[in-house]
Amino acid sequence: MGRRARKAVQAAWAVLTNGWVRGFLPGGPALYEGPLKRFCVPGMNCYSCPGALGACPIGALQAALTARHRKFPFYVLGYLMAVGVLVGRFVCGWLCLFGLIQELLYKIPTPKLRIPEKVDRPLRLVKYAVLAVLVIGLPLLYRTGYGAGEPFFCKYVCPVGTLEGGVPQVLLNSVLRPALGWLFRWKMLLLILCVLASVFIYRPFCRYVCPLGAFYSLFQKVSVLRMKVETSACVDCGACRKACPMNVDPRRTPNSAECIRCGACVQNCPTKALAFTLAGKRLAPGNRKKERAR
Amino acid sequence: MKKRGWLTAALLAAALAMCAAGAAAGQAEDVLAKAARICMECIGLG
Repeated sequence: MGRRARKAVQAAWAVLTNGWVRGFLPGGPALYEGPLKRFCVPGMNCYSCPGALGACPIGALQAALTARHRKFPFYVLGYLMAVGVLVGRFVCGWLCLFGLIQELLYKIPTPKLRIPEKVDRPLRLVKYAVLAVLVIGLPLLYRTGYGAGEPFFCKYVCPVGTLEGGVPQVLLNSVLRPALGWLFRWKMLLLILCVLASVFIYRPFCRYVCPLGAFYSLFQKVSVLRMKVETSACVDCGACRKACPMNVDPRRTPNSAECIRCGACVQNCPTKALAFTLAGKRLAPGNRKKERAR
Repeated sequence: MKKRGWLTAALLAAALAMCAAGAAAGQAEDVLAKAARICMECIGLG
């Protein structure tokens, strides 16, 4: 599948999972409240987005951890693990609306920033700290006077919630506007920084901050959908590395935690040495064994 | 099946079992209850 096909899938998924048109009508029912919201979408997608038809997995996880009567979040964690084990960060590359938004911003024709590896490597670890501290640790440990916790990531950091939920909700509901305060301004500042960074750096939120990408990355090496390099066919030309927008070297680490399975390396490999595999079976771009037999 | 294949299968089975246990305990309803209302924290008002 080519770059255009991926964009089409990203756009179709964004529309499909945010297709509650009535939510965007001023004065209409605010949010979709139907049975689909029992299910999480695989990518970052705020459930307060007026069009959202599913729940945000990070939001749902935080809600479970901060509940007054806390239970182990079997449902959400099981869901996240299942997605991670099945496809890993394929979700980031193909099924995340915020990823698509960042990619579109990166298309704005400006000089692009390539972060030096010395800086890039440690910065990539930040997303794991965000997952451990802001998504799990603090919501679990900190309790307010009422006995409930605070969803630290959603409340103080998440630019997805601000963009997909906050901005449209504030524009559509005049009732909410008097409640705008320092928190909204802070989150708008983070969103603006994220948008600006996305113009110059490819997917900065996914690389350095996203706790969902961090969670899925833990399963990249064991996921059912994987990348494979056929070393006998690789001519070590480096085309895959040059093509990778996430600065991964697919020859050495085809299942790197940073790979978002966008497939740019597969498309650019001149000898078809790289391919996606599903449960060990080679998918695109064609079966090498068959080609050899011809 | 290779070692990694077994690990993948075990993780997937555990994940699905967790999901089913959570759903049986009513956690899917908790997700719905949260997602059906505007999350004030998420949108920067909470």
